Amino acid sequence: MNLLARSARARAASPALTRDAFDLMCLSAAIVLVAHVPHLSPWLSGGLALMLAWRWWQRRQRSGGAPAWLKLPILALLVLAVTASNANPLGQQAGASFAIGLLVMKLLESETTRDARVAMGFACFTLMTALLFDQGLLATVFIALGLLPTLATLRALEPAQLRTSLPRTLLPALSLLAAALPLALFAFVLVPRLNGPLWGTPSSHASVTGLSDSMSPSEFGELLLDDSPALRVAFDDAPPPNNQRYFRAYVLWDYDGRRWSSPDPGDEAAAPVEVAATTSYRVSLEPSRQRALPALDLPIEAPAHAQLLADHQLLADRPVNDPLEYRVRSALRYHLQPSLSADARQRALRLPGGFNPRTQALATQWRQRYGSDDGAIAQAALSLFHDGGFRYTLAPAELGREAMDDFLFTTHEGFCEQYASAFTVLMRAAGIPSRVVTGYQGGYWNTLGNYLLVRQSDAHAWSEIWLAGRGWVRIDPTAAVRPERISLGAYAAAEDQQTWYRSDWLESMRNHWDIVNRWWNEGVIGFDTMSQRGLLTPFGIHDLDGTALGALLVVGSALFAALGLAWAMARRDKIDPALAWMRVLEHKLDRHGVTRRPGEGPQHYLSRAARALPARRDALKALSESYLECRYAHAEPSPESVRAFRRLVRDFKVRGVVK
Amino acid sequence: MNPRLQRWAERRLPALTRYRRPEGLPLELHRRRIYIVPTGFGAAFAVLLTVMLVGALNYANNAALLLTCLLGATSAASMLVAFRTLDGLRLASVRADHVVAGEAVQVQFEFETTRLRQALRLDLGPASTAFAIAAGRTSVGLPLQTAKRGWMPLPRVRVWSSWPLGMFRAWSWLHPQQAVLVWPRAEATGPTPPHHDADQQRHRLHQGDDLAALRDYRLGDPPRHIAWRASARHEHLLVKDFEQPEAQHEWRLDWYQLAGLDDEARIARLARWLDEADRRGEAYSLRLPQQQVPMGSGAQQYAQCMSLLATLP
Repeated sequence: MNLLARSARARAASPALTRDAFDLMCLSAAIVLVAHVPHLSPWLSGGLALMLAWRWWQRRQRSGGAPAWLKLPILALLVLAVTASNANPLGQQAGASFAIGLLVMKLLESETTRDARVAMGFACFTLMTALLFDQGLLATVFIALGLLPTLATLRALEPAQLRTSLPRTLLPALSLLAAALPLALFAFVLVPRLNGPLWGTPSSHASVTGLSDSMSPSEFGELLLDDSPALRVAFDDAPPPNNQRYFRAYVLWDYDGRRWSSPDPGDEAAAPVEVAATTSYRVSLEPSRQRALPALDLPIEAPAHAQLLADHQLLADRPVNDPLEYRVRSALRYHLQPSLSADARQRALRLPGGFNPRTQALATQWRQRYGSDDGAIAQAALSLFHDGGFRYTLAPAELGREAMDDFLFTTHEGFCEQYASAFTVLMRAAGIPSRVVTGYQGGYWNTLGNYLLVRQSDAHAWSEIWLAGRGWVRIDPTAAVRPERISLGAYAAAEDQQTWYRSDWLESMRNHWDIVNRWWNEGVIGFDTMSQRGLLTPFGIHDLDGTALGALLVVGSALFAALGLAWAMARRDKIDPALAWMRVLEHKLDRHGVTRRPGEGPQHYLSRAARALPARRDALKALSESYLECRYAHAEPSPESVRAFRRLVRDFKVRGVVK
Repeated sequence: MNPRLQRWAERRLPALTRYRRPEGLPLELHRRRIYIVPTGFGAAFAVLLTVMLVGALNYANNAALLLTCLLGATSAASMLVAFRTLDGLRLASVRADHVVAGEAVQVQFEFETTRLRQALRLDLGPASTAFAIAAGRTSVGLPLQTAKRGWMPLPRVRVWSSWPLGMFRAWSWLHPQQAVLVWPRAEATGPTPPHHDADQQRHRLHQGDDLAALRDYRLGDPPRHIAWRASARHEHLLVKDFEQPEAQHEWRLDWYQLAGLDDEARIARLARWLDEADRRGEAYSLRLPQQQVPMGSGAQQYAQCMSLLATLP
């Protein structure tokens, strides 16, 4: 009770908010809201925006907080809205929604300086929570700039300042941020990172487009239109030619007539592979929320915290929620599983019953024609795609229940997903073990950064068939229809999809931008305990532990503090040179007991000094005249007279004089 | 803080309370006399930053960590700005008007600076004001409550600022060696000053002599003063003005004539007479135990007499 009364008193004593400060506050809250819009439900963000706008308008009309009876229903409504719009009411997303709601509510009742400070502190926190959802370069820069109105609000709360326009109020905040940036970066590099989380790490359910462990036509079509980066690959040696840039992510065995999916990965480890040519490279993977680690066909070793399955998929131990870097070695020429187990063979031939009779019939017909020559059957299928009037398009006609029959005999159009699917079904129907592999194909070689950028739109699906004596062989049926897909990429292959904005200069801008993003992901987001330990490797210290980091941080911060203090204490007041030399003279005389009194004129002072030190009377008289000449003969002291006065002061000595 | 506790602390622990003896002007603020502490908001913000730091580290979110570091560094930089707001500020002079005991006097502090400083605040006892100061001189006024007549030394004043973010408060004590002269308070009512015989004489002598001045009739003028002949030629009644010589009469105010009163009562009465004489534009002289003010009138005479009264032991 006492505490309540005290806080009420403090509030009463706190000065009321000016209109400028309140406007800035509303701007800060609006920016926080904008930062959160991407992961708020649209009607919640809309409602909060409306509430904010209403409050701004209302206080413009007359000052005064929102009525108390309104707060409780709004709070209840907020709790209800957050609970309703989030699957997990205790999750991060719900927490962020609730925080931004509380911020807007705080604005409703903000009338005093104290309220505003509380609100702005909370705004800083809420801004930070937006980074839990997206820590990309753009988002981070936006949020850092979002601090500007918040800092400007805190400034505006101080009394007695010059009134300026809105951009001018933001400018000092910007310079303060800029001045703080070196220290911030220093601290960022040296703050010891935790080895493991103190409490549960986020289980982010935010959907990310990307490959998944199943394949259906609609999902894949969307993916091919997504231009966001999927992974970046830097090769140790020369990059492989374009037609070998197949990045294997998922191996799909099971077909239910509509979608391909991957069964639960077994514990079976990969068997050794006969390899001819290998290449090593480093992959930076964007967060995919999946466990698969795409690797160039065919990965032969698993990186740390990942395993290599029997069908040579790379699977990380946990889903990739943050940008991840890993090194892999792959074989470009190989013999994969020359002998197939009966179990695997059975899985690789399984087809759902009662689907696609015409496809089955065609396969049976081929089998009869070519006998046991599996290679010839595959060749026949590829020839069908090449010469049978098939067309590559990203927007194919809808397929019915007998999807493969429709595709092969009616629509004749589709993209990699349909071709890989149809080819594999044909092979299985003909009795050849086969499976679908999804991943990425191609990518853009960034000559500036010397790395391969693979976008989501480079997603691709192809087939593998098992041939006796050769093992699993990669067959890309899409290449039969449209070889350009393999050499140019999905977009270029689908001519009808070309849009006007895909011009060359835009493309080059995007490539430059991608380099910046890569730098951000690897240098900033990916900066972890390991990178920290290796910080001082160039100086011969290979393992920097937490204690050493802390010590470095303290020493460095002290250095920064010293620099800052030097700046703060530097007197930039211009002092008149004649006056400066007069001070020197005063100092000399002071040691001999002639102290200048406050407000004493120079002439009076020096004549008093001459009386006190009679032996130096002439020198003091000359000094007095010289000084008066400097100060009063001209509006600005002439350099010669200052020089003359300086010489006199320097030569003046009291020592050896008896009073 | 409790003022009694503060007084005790300043007496016993001068170093801790940064107590300063009165100093001559001009006073320049420099690093050895500027102190900085975080405000309540600053402390709360530090807690918030700690929470953000732990959160960012826990989620291994480097962007959030960067933001937290940026905010922390910004707050630290704001401390330096707070220091610079005060550093180099000069108190050039202090002036105060005359005031009667018991009333508040407006004390003018004149500050001098070479650059713009904003959101400075000045506390003088319970009174407080905020000001901004551009390059040059700026005068800031604050009321100071007075209690009794005489020289009242200026209490120390605190100049402080929480510019720019309100997280740190930089402050410095200024104790200029100046005093305000407080005039005595006049008594509320009392007798008029006794007239000297010589005055009475002259008054009577002059009455009826000077008929040159004629003025409009005012209610209460004796009928025998009306200039009937002159009035006949005018719309209003005219009166022969015999008041003129009386305005010339002199008040001789004398300490020793007020026997039987104690010193303060004498001073209060003399102050009232001085007020009245000054209001009526009379000429007056003042005799005090040690000093004597010759006959005169006007603001200067009044100020001199009041100041003498104020400084009587």
